Amino acid sequence: MIEARGLTKRYGEKIAVDNLSFTVKPGIVTGFLGPNGAGKSTTMRMILGLDAPTAGAVTVNGRPYAQHTAPLCEVGALLEARAIHTGRTAYNHLWALAATTGIGRKRVNEVIDLVGLREVAKKRAGGFSLGMGQRLGLASALLGDPKILVLDEPANGLDPEGILWIRNLLKDLAAEGKSVFVSSHLMSEMALTAEHVIVVGRGKLIADVPIADFTQAASATTVRVRSPQAGGLRDLLVGPDISVASDSTGVLEVSGLTCDQIGEIAAAHSLTLFELAPQQASLEEAFMELTRDAVQYRASTAGELTNPARSPR
Amino acid sequence: MTSAILHKGSVALGHPAHRGLRVTQGRVLHSEWIKLRSLRSTFFTMIVGIGFMTAIGLLSCLTTAMSWATTAPQEKAGFSAITASLSGFSLAQLAIGVLGVLVISGEYSTGMIRATLSAVPTRLPVLWAKAAVFGSVTLVLTLLASLIAFFGGQAFLSSQHIQAAISDPGAARAVVGAALYLTLVGLLGVALGALIRNTAGGIATLFGIVLVLPLLSYAVPETWQPNVLPYLPTSAGEAIMDVKTHVFHLAPWTGLAVFALYTMTVLAASAVLMKRRDA
Repeated sequence: MIEARGLTKRYGEKIAVDNLSFTVKPGIVTGFLGPNGAGKSTTMRMILGLDAPTAGAVTVNGRPYAQHTAPLCEVGALLEARAIHTGRTAYNHLWALAATTGIGRKRVNEVIDLVGLREVAKKRAGGFSLGMGQRLGLASALLGDPKILVLDEPANGLDPEGILWIRNLLKDLAAEGKSVFVSSHLMSEMALTAEHVIVVGRGKLIADVPIADFTQAASATTVRVRSPQAGGLRDLLVGPDISVASDSTGVLEVSGLTCDQIGEIAAAHSLTLFELAPQQASLEEAFMELTRDAVQYRASTAGELTNPARSPR
Repeated sequence: MTSAILHKGSVALGHPAHRGLRVTQGRVLHSEWIKLRSLRSTFFTMIVGIGFMTAIGLLSCLTTAMSWATTAPQEKAGFSAITASLSGFSLAQLAIGVLGVLVISGEYSTGMIRATLSAVPTRLPVLWAKAAVFGSVTLVLTLLASLIAFFGGQAFLSSQHIQAAISDPGAARAVVGAALYLTLVGLLGVALGALIRNTAGGIATLFGIVLVLPLLSYAVPETWQPNVLPYLPTSAGEAIMDVKTHVFHLAPWTGLAVFALYTMTVLAASAVLMKRRDA
């Protein structure tokens, strides 16, 4: 269980994490989503006591991380693949970390096998690919068989087989009753692994919902209707649980009715339809919609270049 | 399969307290010992430092012995067989100081420090362990090098019957003192590494203290020199190797104590910052 209350981190003028409160529960994979620069990594560093919060607090299993007597056995973390001395072998890296807590070499060998690094265990980490670095990072996270895992973009640099592997690994760990907290900027990846998502943008909490709700909201269909008599049609369609958005060009965005229902209503009143098409937002679109105003680094689009008033700054 | 392995692991391990798993200073020492041994760069830099200490001392004694017959009398009068055999310290201190910086800055430059501090979030045990492990290893190896340089050097000098004995006044103190001095330079490197957290910056600062500061100090007015020069970190520390009276040096053990005080001050400052700063 991770509990953040009013967690805030400022770097001078810039606010990286802004009054963030959330709980990560055991037994499920919780996705931590947000665009680049949203404060995900900073939040994770604060969970591990590497960065001190400017305000607020975060506890793991009821205590600040640094107050645990065997921190590696409470939280396993993969913060960045390159938290490894490039000159040391994978085995010695893990052994040195394990030694701080009295974890034996048997467990070191176990995690090496678990992440599939046996063949390169005696090679220096400097020559590792990004994917091998991620696996080594995961091995160090699993060393203490912790109840909580905090993983920052663990799928980064993995090949498709590796991504599938990590997806199943995360689910297995959650099924064992562990709290698994995984950051990502890819909604689609989270949709496959996470049961719950916490979405942040510009350091602020945007959503804290079960993935099902998120998916449902995202997949709610609307129907696009184009008609020369849009005004009249609109009045006929509007009702409880039905919303109709219109613009001046005779196009309606209807939600709450199917294409068939709209077609029948139009026919019954002899209204002409030029277009009748279901629209489905993808998860990715829903995520982008949600975080639109919170994107920190965005390439300007043509519209923004010609119309500075629409630029986010 | 994955699940099966994980499950087995969990069952075997159980709750940390029940398996005696906890962070202790002793375990952090063990961890740092593993780290120190498992880097090739550490090994090579240490070899270079030890190599300077022995080779330069031996070489200096060999050339002195070979040219002794033609050496001017006043030069002969100023010659110290003990000092000559230990003259390698001035280059050895650079290698050992650099290694001291690297012990910590290497972790910051690679990102390893975040793994280290995640395992030991109270942080200070890591600094103490690094200083203790590196200090002990350096002390043992430099003492060995110092002994080889001394006895080897005296063997060369004996051809001219100008050798010193370890029982001569100040000889044993100088030989052991050279090792103590080099160890303190190494610890100063560790402290600077922790303070500056950057290899280039740490090494530059160390070289500034060891090489540049003594040169700069000659710029102070001559009348001040007796009040300034003896108290410079390395001048103070080098006094432990003095066999003859040196104008601008403190008494041997006083000087070493002053140098130790400087080193401990920087180490204490780095400890305060290590505890306080974001990793």
